Amino acid sequence: MKALSIRNLRKTYNNGHEALKGIDLDVEAGDFFALLGPNGAGKSTAIGIISSLVNASSGSVSIFGHDLKKERSQAKSCIGLVPQEINFNQFDTVKSILLNQAGYYGTPRQLALQRTEQCLKQMDLWDKRDTISRRLSGGMKRRVMIARAMVHAPKLLILDEPTAGVDIEIRRSMWKMMEEVNQQGTTIILTTHYLEEAESLCRNIAIIDQGCIVENSDMKSLLARLNVDHFVLDLAEPLAAAPVFDGFKIDLMDDKILEVAVPKESGLNELFKQLSGQDIRVLSLKNKTNRLEQLFMDLVDAKTTGEAA
Amino acid sequence: MNNWIPFRTIIIKEIYRFVRIWPQTLLPPAITTTLYFLIFGKLMGDRIGSINGSPYMDYIVPGVILMSVISHAYANVVSSFYSTKFQRNIEELIVAPVPNWVILAGYVSGGVMRGLLVGCVVGLIAMLFADLTIHSIWISVSMAFLTATLFALAGFINAVMAESFDDISIIPNFVLTPLSYLGGVFYSVNMLPGIWQTISMGNPILYMVNAFRYGFIGVSDIDVQLSFLMTGGFIAVLAIFSLYLLYKGTGIKQ
Repeated sequence: MKALSIRNLRKTYNNGHEALKGIDLDVEAGDFFALLGPNGAGKSTAIGIISSLVNASSGSVSIFGHDLKKERSQAKSCIGLVPQEINFNQFDTVKSILLNQAGYYGTPRQLALQRTEQCLKQMDLWDKRDTISRRLSGGMKRRVMIARAMVHAPKLLILDEPTAGVDIEIRRSMWKMMEEVNQQGTTIILTTHYLEEAESLCRNIAIIDQGCIVENSDMKSLLARLNVDHFVLDLAEPLAAAPVFDGFKIDLMDDKILEVAVPKESGLNELFKQLSGQDIRVLSLKNKTNRLEQLFMDLVDAKTTGEAA
Repeated sequence: MNNWIPFRTIIIKEIYRFVRIWPQTLLPPAITTTLYFLIFGKLMGDRIGSINGSPYMDYIVPGVILMSVISHAYANVVSSFYSTKFQRNIEELIVAPVPNWVILAGYVSGGVMRGLLVGCVVGLIAMLFADLTIHSIWISVSMAFLTATLFALAGFINAVMAESFDDISIIPNFVLTPLSYLGGVFYSVNMLPGIWQTISMGNPILYMVNAFRYGFIGVSDIDVQLSFLMTGGFIAVLAIFSLYLLYKGTGIKQ
């Protein structure tokens, strides 16, 4: 069963900007799916169309088999949206935000009260239920939005940069919550700029750039394609120029810092052998970026270079 | 889906909003209309005498009540819906499976509730100054309801099309207030010179005020049936236009 099926989706804004150029996308039920792309790539437009906040120019969107145009009510009932920006009524209490949301989805009052309690407890917000929402911290506001999106028990939860601007501790606790929600059977689509987040949470991934899907595969096979790792080496003594080694691309970032691209077939032993050969002593070593970030940059760069050519 | 639950949710939210901020919504009309009754009705009215056979105070009470209904039904929807748009929590309703007509009916009902509640508050204050008589309670109640509905719809359209807080104050200040004051609240249209009588006939509020007043004192400058027909017609037109704006997503969707 497909949780989401998009066919030839296009969007051209009134100012002539073509945000989506006919994308196709499928997300299986139960998946934890990452939708990534640089700023202005078309992610938010796609999510806006799926959640009815943006009118599509053409194409179709189907949610759990319900066409968004023909079976609007059924399709919308399946979705819970956590938008990028805080958009609840800042004068309402946390509890009334969730109760109102449940009401909009036709949830009877008694059930709405039960679900509100359940979601607020899951998001560790139950003790804040009577607090006026504008008095909450940024991290709590983000969790209120997740609780609000889940109060009607959606089958498809769309998280549009849910951890933007929150500290690492809250971010990790939110990852745990998202994993739990997914394990309970809810399909999740996540957009994020923290690629480490997508890499650790998501099983499948699509990368969108300039209104087109440039990659759509499972995370494992995508990461397996990465054949070069980038490392930063801190040196004991300064160098005047970057050393030249066979099979490695080396840049001198500072007189005591080297950035080395290490092909998987070469490996670190070969690198260190050559470094030792030239009496270059290394104090420490770290990964320059996470693996997905490197792939993401390669894919987006390839698309940009291809278009320029 | 059961549309009653989302409809009830919007109405409860709207009522809770205007009751929570009662010093801004319910208190000012009580003070303003007390001053109207004191200055225009009591101090000046005693010297004016009667109009169409009614004491001046009794004559202006229905108009003042309806003027309050109009301004508050309008103000409630325009400020509530625009704030919802401004804070972007309108997205909660757009994403949810709430049909457009339920959104419209919910907000308009909230405006009607506030308009009628303020009308009752003003009516109670009026009883301190005048011996209110009722000629036909049904005519007064139904005209108050229709008028509140009409101006709640107008407020909704204003809020949907507004792009700034300035836009939601232009219509009340420069259109509604002049039309209300020139709508025969404080005088009979028959007292005006010929050309002004004709011009006044283009003011829809004149028809509503006269029909509402007819329910109290049994006297109207205008055919009451025509007033009901016209108000109903305006409601139908504005409701259709509001639904069209929601369908197109004007001001709320990209």
